[in-house]
Amino acid sequence: MANTVKEPIAPPVSGPIGQVIVWVDARFPLMSLWKGHLAEYYAPKNFNFWYYFGSLAMLVLVMQIVTGIFLTMNYKPDAKYAFASVEYIMRDVHWGWLIRYMHSTGASMFFLVVYLHMMRGLMYGSDRKPRELIWIFGCLIYLTLMAEAFFGYLLPWGQMSYWGAQVIINLFAAVPFIGEDLAVWIRGDYNIGDATLNRFFAFHVIALPLVLLGLVAAHIMALHEVGSNNPDGVDIKKHIDPKTGTPKDGIPFHPYYTVKDVVGVVVFLALFSAIVFFAPEMGGYFLEKPNFVQADPLQTPAHIAPVWYFTPFYAMLRAVPSFFGSAFWGVAVMGAATLILFALPWLDRGKVRSIRYRGPIYKWFLGAFVVSFIILGYLGVVPTTVWGQIPNALPIIGGVDTATVVSRILTAVYFAFFLLMPWYTKIDKELPEPERVTY
Amino acid sequence: MSAIVLNEIDPKKRRALVIGGCAVGGVAVAATAVPFVGSMFPSERAKAAGAAVEWPIDKLEPGQLVTVEYRGAPHWIIRRTPEMVAQLAKNDALLADPASDGSKQPASAKNPNRSIKPEIFVVKGVCTHLGCSPTYRKELAPADLGADWPGGFFCPCHQSKFDMAGRVFKGMPAPKNLEITAYRFEGDNVVVIDADSKGA
Repeated sequence: MANTVKEPIAPPVSGPIGQVIVWVDARFPLMSLWKGHLAEYYAPKNFNFWYYFGSLAMLVLVMQIVTGIFLTMNYKPDAKYAFASVEYIMRDVHWGWLIRYMHSTGASMFFLVVYLHMMRGLMYGSDRKPRELIWIFGCLIYLTLMAEAFFGYLLPWGQMSYWGAQVIINLFAAVPFIGEDLAVWIRGDYNIGDATLNRFFAFHVIALPLVLLGLVAAHIMALHEVGSNNPDGVDIKKHIDPKTGTPKDGIPFHPYYTVKDVVGVVVFLALFSAIVFFAPEMGGYFLEKPNFVQADPLQTPAHIAPVWYFTPFYAMLRAVPSFFGSAFWGVAVMGAATLILFALPWLDRGKVRSIRYRGPIYKWFLGAFVVSFIILGYLGVVPTTVWGQIPNALPIIGGVDTATVVSRILTAVYFAFFLLMPWYTKIDKELPEPERVTY
Repeated sequence: MSAIVLNEIDPKKRRALVIGGCAVGGVAVAATAVPFVGSMFPSERAKAAGAAVEWPIDKLEPGQLVTVEYRGAPHWIIRRTPEMVAQLAKNDALLADPASDGSKQPASAKNPNRSIKPEIFVVKGVCTHLGCSPTYRKELAPADLGADWPGGFFCPCHQSKFDMAGRVFKGMPAPKNLEITAYRFEGDNVVVIDADSKGA
């Protein structure tokens, strides 16, 4: 690279600023980055509503990093002072309440836009060849984000922080043979304490944000290498305009999609501000009520549930009973539910990518998957006794909580969506894909 | 001295050197990881904490539970009523491990009451599922736990149920009965929780 001759690219403006750009461009690939990723990155012209969430996720990432830096200036990662320092931020630091609520609301909104972004992928087949690596980087981002949220939730050192961490770390203790030692190694003590809080702080503010930024860069580089998918799932590179050498159905990302995304940002920020100013706790769903009490290692709150974005997996964990004297099965199911996402591009045997041309079976399965995910999310928030018990007269399931049985069925539906996919996508009656994109 | 001729490259030798170099470097990286991974284990100070706890029980009312902290975990001392003790034998059919064969307890507490003295019950108040501390629900047949609830402990995290001897019910997320840390009596009225004691 260093010894190849670089063709100079004309700067977008003339005059002294243009000269500065020329000077920089001779020393740094400024113009080629600008062109490759924005001004001459050709994206399909038929992006719809669902294509807002990728850029919104980037916006939330930036907001979390900025608000996080400012929270760190007043937060104390010490079991004695952590809870009080968060209250100090809320009461005494100028604008501290705003910065903290932006950060806590940002966590929930991050998951909201990421779930919608993933839903887009499922609908339009954005994981399919040649975009498998984009999907895998995305799954890694999702897992990292879950870890980041989990570490962050311990920091306020409230009751829910403490007992939530207790449960999640004990998931590792359920691993056969090495589990107990593994849990002690993660905690740095025999129980969650100061050592645990300190290391979670280190992971939350530096280790995982670095991983996250690296993965986001890889996600976007892989995307820009193969080009964006679209709601029709057809390849726009098949029809290149011979005069310009660019896809006939493509438009430059800048200015067309940067301007479109600004509209999304405005709508998103309106919603975001409404939550921050009027419902930052979201009735106990974004900030749980027991977390306003300092962590007490001797007293578990009467009802504990994770934050809403973890509850579908939590409901699965709770639904699986122990077998052979081990609680590992629920943990294994919960882990498999997240890891199975990685296999999606290879489980799907459909010929078309987009839901617009899929057959009815895929639509039903996707619908059942989404419904089961949402109901599991609800059941993960409430106690298993919420729907009462099935009468004892019934065989096998008699005397079991109704919600537990429903959770088991929905867990099966969740896995059926993935595990039966090679079969049902093959036999599904798909419609022919159009040659060019539609709207 | 012979001149070095650039064209004379031995690819076999080169590959062997590359593989050898990577292997040696890999060993060095693995060795460097040892102190970093090791730093995350409990420190010497954390290991040293954890002396025996003594607790007087003469003021404990029948049915009353006290929570005592031992090695950072809640431990319960309960004076069970005669009715509670009598109920234990009737629970066997509902339990996953009624004889506590697959559960942790000192030999002195491996009996139907899971205790040294029938009425004084000492147990680590930590659910064997994922480490929450269950709630003491001694009342019979409350609305939320059903008409056949015989009194015991209910874990708010994942709804595992235990009887008044910390034995887990069938079909619960928790795989084992509540663990009993070794303890002993000093005189009639002092319980000493001490994992290192023989449980005499």
